[in-house]
This record gives sequence, structure tokens and C-alpha cells, in this order.
Amino acid sequence: MLEVADLECRRGDRTLFSGLSFAVEAGTLLHVRGRNGSGKTTLLRALCGLLTPETGAVTWNGEDIRRLADDYHRDMLYFGHLNGIKHDLSGIENLRVAATLDGDRPDEKDLWTALEQMGLEGFEDLPTKVLSQGQKKRVALARLLLSRAPLWILDEPFTALDADAVDLLQMLIARHVAEDGMVILTTHQEVPLTSGQIRRLHLGP
Amino acid sequence: MSIFRYAAPSAFYPLAGRMIPWFAAIAAASILIGLYWGFFQTPAQLGGTNPQKEYYRIIFVHVPAAWMSMWLYLVLAVWSAVGLVFNTRLSFMMARAAAPTGAIFTFLALWTGAFWGRPSWGTYWDWDPRLTSELILFFLYIGYIALHSAIDDARRADRASALLAIVGLVMLPVIFWSINCPDPNQCAALHQRSDLSQMEPNIFWAMMIMTFGFWMYSFAAVFLRVRGIILSREADSAWVRGLVEGKA
Amino acid sequence: MWRVFLCILGRDITLAMRRRTDVLTTLFFFVIVVSLFPLGVGTEKQILRILGPGVVWVAALLASMLALERLFAADYEDGTLEQMLMTPQPLALLVLAKVTAHWLLTGLPLVAIAPLVGMQYHLDDTAVVTMVLALLVGTPILSLLGAIGAALTLGLRGGGILLSLLILPLYIPVLVYGAGAVTVSAIDFADTQPYFSLMGAFLLLALIFSPLAAAAALRISME
Repeated sequence: MLEVADLECRRGDRTLFSGLSFAVEAGTLLHVRGRNGSGKTTLLRALCGLLTPETGAVTWNGEDIRRLADDYHRDMLYFGHLNGIKHDLSGIENLRVAATLDGDRPDEKDLWTALEQMGLEGFEDLPTKVLSQGQKKRVALARLLLSRAPLWILDEPFTALDADAVDLLQMLIARHVAEDGMVILTTHQEVPLTSGQIRRLHLGP
Repeated sequence: MSIFRYAAPSAFYPLAGRMIPWFAAIAAASILIGLYWGFFQTPAQLGGTNPQKEYYRIIFVHVPAAWMSMWLYLVLAVWSAVGLVFNTRLSFMMARAAAPTGAIFTFLALWTGAFWGRPSWGTYWDWDPRLTSELILFFLYIGYIALHSAIDDARRADRASALLAIVGLVMLPVIFWSINCPDPNQCAALHQRSDLSQMEPNIFWAMMIMTFGFWMYSFAAVFLRVRGIILSREADSAWVRGLVEGKA
Repeated sequence: MWRVFLCILGRDITLAMRRRTDVLTTLFFFVIVVSLFPLGVGTEKQILRILGPGVVWVAALLASMLALERLFAADYEDGTLEQMLMTPQPLALLVLAKVTAHWLLTGLPLVAIAPLVGMQYHLDDTAVVTMVLALLVGTPILSLLGAIGAALTLGLRGGGILLSLLILPLYIPVLVYGAGAVTVSAIDFADTQPYFSLMGAFLLLALIFSPLAAAAALRISME
């Protein structure tokens, strides 16, 4: 369970939000909303541990994420605005590296299956620079299929995806929440769930 | 317990303001006394085996300046470490405020060293190990200031330059040693190995007074600079706006 | 752990191989700088013999620094660096893997081409052997120390020049002892032993501490 207590974040000289407290339990989707510039990305980065907040603490299962460090990272997956894939590598090579970094010993078969499930059959061994934006995003998101991390933190995951991919991602998220996972995301779309609860957090005015 | 309340910029600002005039006054007095003592109360030559004449008196500026340049780097690195460990903004501001003063002293040591070198070695610059080390120290100061200025985000600037300062401190002995002792088979230095205990007492005391004066100057200069940094960094806070409104 | 190290090492080398020009640029820069000195200083044998070790080392420093800019830049731009910070792997290990790849691609070629340079500067055989060995021990130190600078200046305007300003002072011990070893080898090869001991010690310390410092610098730069 992720708990946030009295969080305050600054960016440059601006205080984006302060006194923020909430908790995310297993089987919950937290949808962070707010206008552009309200601090959504900053909040997500603070939850990842990429950013140090001015005051307040983020705890994972009772322990401060600063102290947990690598152990916390083992339990979470983060997708930011950038895809996090190398354009000179093929989809399968990217996925192999990502899975190894995540600490898994991926079966080659599982890697190919994951890319296939993301709708990239036939494109797996092309260098990703020849793929479209949406396809690149699909390669990046293929990690979700292989990861066993309970917490997903996704910053605008639906951008550049076509309708099919949006459905696919929504299904993945819903399945993760149904299996007692946790998802925190920012998006301008609605994400329907089959089970588990949706909480909304609004930042800014 | 109460001394820690000065870790807050808003509390330190007025304290520093009150102390600056005192430091400045003591600095001016000490430096004047030191210079007078150095120029009028000491023998006409360095004495002993050293044949240097009147021009040796530049030692009263050169040596204290060199000492200060090294001390201030240590101060900078210590404040940087404190800032990184305790995450206190004021520590980083103090480090940033100390850097220009340290750089100035390094520059002063280099210039006075060159002017001393001319009559005694016959050349302004001889790649003497100690002076070369001062030059490298100057680059370290400039590097610190340059890195801090190149980063827009204040927090990243503070922490990055703090890390650089600490790396520099760790490398400094290695760098100095490699310059002083480039041939590990045998070590030689061009700088006369002047042992402080063998120095004529008047010369020694004059140097000590000058050093003390430079320390006082450093306090005054650094506090003055840190006040400026505090104001610009905390410009959005209530107490600074109160100050501005009070004056306006 | 070893698996992760090899994974990143392999990844970086594969990436470099697919953009081979980057690797060759560093090598050619080194050769050009080394070739420029005699044109400026004069081609007299005696002078070149004396200058040789220093020139080679300075050129190696500069070439190493050129390549350092790109150590983290590409990963920073496409988001893979961010992901590396988010994995359960120790960041210092990932940094070490990247620095190793960097050295294999930019430092090792310099070591390989050193004999040619030795010939250009009329160095005798002992000197050339010493130079190759010294570069072999010294260039990894350059990559390791440089990684700290590259991490600190990540994403900054004027990054390359700033990086040089920060890193070159730290390179001085390697320069002094590396060039010194070659100079001394002309007198007696046995005299070079303390130089190599010192450089070996630096390398060991750099291997242990640089990845940690660079990892800390990366976290600071990525906030």
C-alpha cells in the first residue's frame, strides 16, 4: 500500500501543491487530474522517488521510499513522457534489456509473445526508429505484460495510441487492478474498470 | 538547541547583517597592523640562508592569501557536505557565497607569487609546484562557480556543485601531490622549504596577523554575499516581501 | 548482477556498432591532434622525442573528453536513463557497465593506435611499450573520472566546454604519472615501476568510487 503524507512539491520558485495526503490500497486505480501545469507529472515523479519533495513523505508498506530505494523500485513500474526505448535497437532487444533490468530472467518465448500481444507481430525485430509513434509506445508498454510489480505509475500512457491500443491498455490496467494491483495514472481519458475502485485526485484550482 | 534556529535563512539574515560591520572593522584594523608590522618592523632581508632582499615582503600578502585559498576551499566543501547530508538550503548558500572569495584569494596568491618570482627567480612563472597547485585550485573554484551558474534549477545547481566540490576536495591532495612529486623515484621542490619554526619571530607574527585579517575579511565578504543570495532565493517568501515593503 | 552488467555493456556496444561513426570520430580526433603538434613545434627528432609522451597523453585526455559528452546524453534524451534510475539494480553497477563500454569503444582504440604515434614521434621500443601499458592503465581512469563530470553536466547548454573545465584538473595526476612513466622508461624500464604502481592504485580507487559518485550525480541531475 502506498501512503502519502503532507506532501509539498516545488518547481523552481513555485509551490505546486502542499499538504497533500492520500493512500492507495491494493485493487485501486488512482486517477490524478488537473489542468496543464498543475503538478501532475511532478507528483508522479515524487511518488517514484525521482524527485525529492519539499516536505512530507511517501511510504510503501509503511517504509519511506527513500530508505527502501531499490526494494521499492522492484515493486513499481514507471512510464513517463519519454518512451524509454532505444531507437537503434529492435523491439525485442529493447524488451530484453528492460526485462533484465527489471530483475527478471525472461524466457525468449515470453518476450516474443508479449510483443505479439501488443499487436506488433512482424515488427518485433525491426529497429524501433522505423516504427510509428504509436508502435514505439506499444513496444515500451510491452513491459507491462512481463512485469510482476504491484504498483504501476503511468504518466499520460494513452498519448499516441490508436483506438485498438487504447482498448488494449485499458484492458491491461483493468486486469492489473482486478488482480489486486495498484495503478496511479494521469490521463485526459476515462478508464473503465471491471472490478476494484477508482479514486480521483484533483490537483490545482 | 537555539543555535540551530539560525539554520533558517530568515533567522540568519539579520544575524549576519549585525555581524558584518564588526568583521569588516577588525579585518581592516588587522590588515593595516599586519602590513605596517611587515613593512617596518621586520628585517631588511629574509635572513638565514635566504638571500632575498626587500621584495621578500610580498610574503605578507602572498602566503596568507595562499593559506586562505586552501582554507576557504575546505570551508566550501564542508558546507557542501553538510547541505547534502542534512538537506539544508542555507548550507548550500554559504558554500556558494564562499567560492568567489576563495577564488579571489587564489588569484591574489598567484599574482603576488608571480611578482615575487620575477626578482627572485628571474621569471614571472616557473611552473613551481606550489604555484602550479594554486593555479589548479583556481580552476577548481572557477569550475564550481561555472557549474552552479550553468544550472537554472536552484536545487540541482546547489547539489551538483556540492558534489563537485567534494570530489574536488578528495582529488586535491592527489593533484597537489602529483604536481609536487612528479617523479615518485625522488621528490624535489623548487619552493624553498621554509620551516615556520625557523622563521624570525617578527616575520612570523606579521604573517599571522595578516592571516587573521584575511579571515575576518572573509567572514565579512562571505556574510555580505550570502545575504544577497538569501534575498534573491527567498524572494517569494513572506519575510522578504515584508522587508521590501518596509523599505518601500 | 553480472548478468545485468553484461546486458548493459552489450547494449551500449551494440548501439555504438550501429552508429559506427561516433566511435571512429574520437579515434581520428586523437590522430589529428597528435599529428598537429609536430607541424606547430617543428619536426626535429630530439624535440619530438621529448614532447612525445606529453603530447600523446594530452591528446588522449582531449579525445576522451569529447566522447564523454555522449556517455549519458543519448539515454537521457530518450528516457532510458530515467528507467535505469527506476530499476531495482544498483545504479553504480549500471554506470560501471556504461563506462566500461565507453572505454572499450574510445579508450582501447587509443591504446591500439599508440605504437603508430610512437613511430611518428621517434620513440624507441621501450618507450612505446611503456606508453601502451600506461595508456592501458590510464585511459580507464579517464573514463571513470569523466563519467562524474558527464553526469553532473547532463543536459546543460555548453555542456562540452563546461565538462572540460570541470574534468581536466582532475585528470592531472594521470597525465603527470602517465607521461612521466614514458619519459623515465628511456633511462631504465625498471624505474617505471613506481609510476605503474601509483596508476594502478588510482585505477582501483576510481573503479570503486567513481561509479558511486557518478550515480549520485545522475540522481541529482535527474530530479
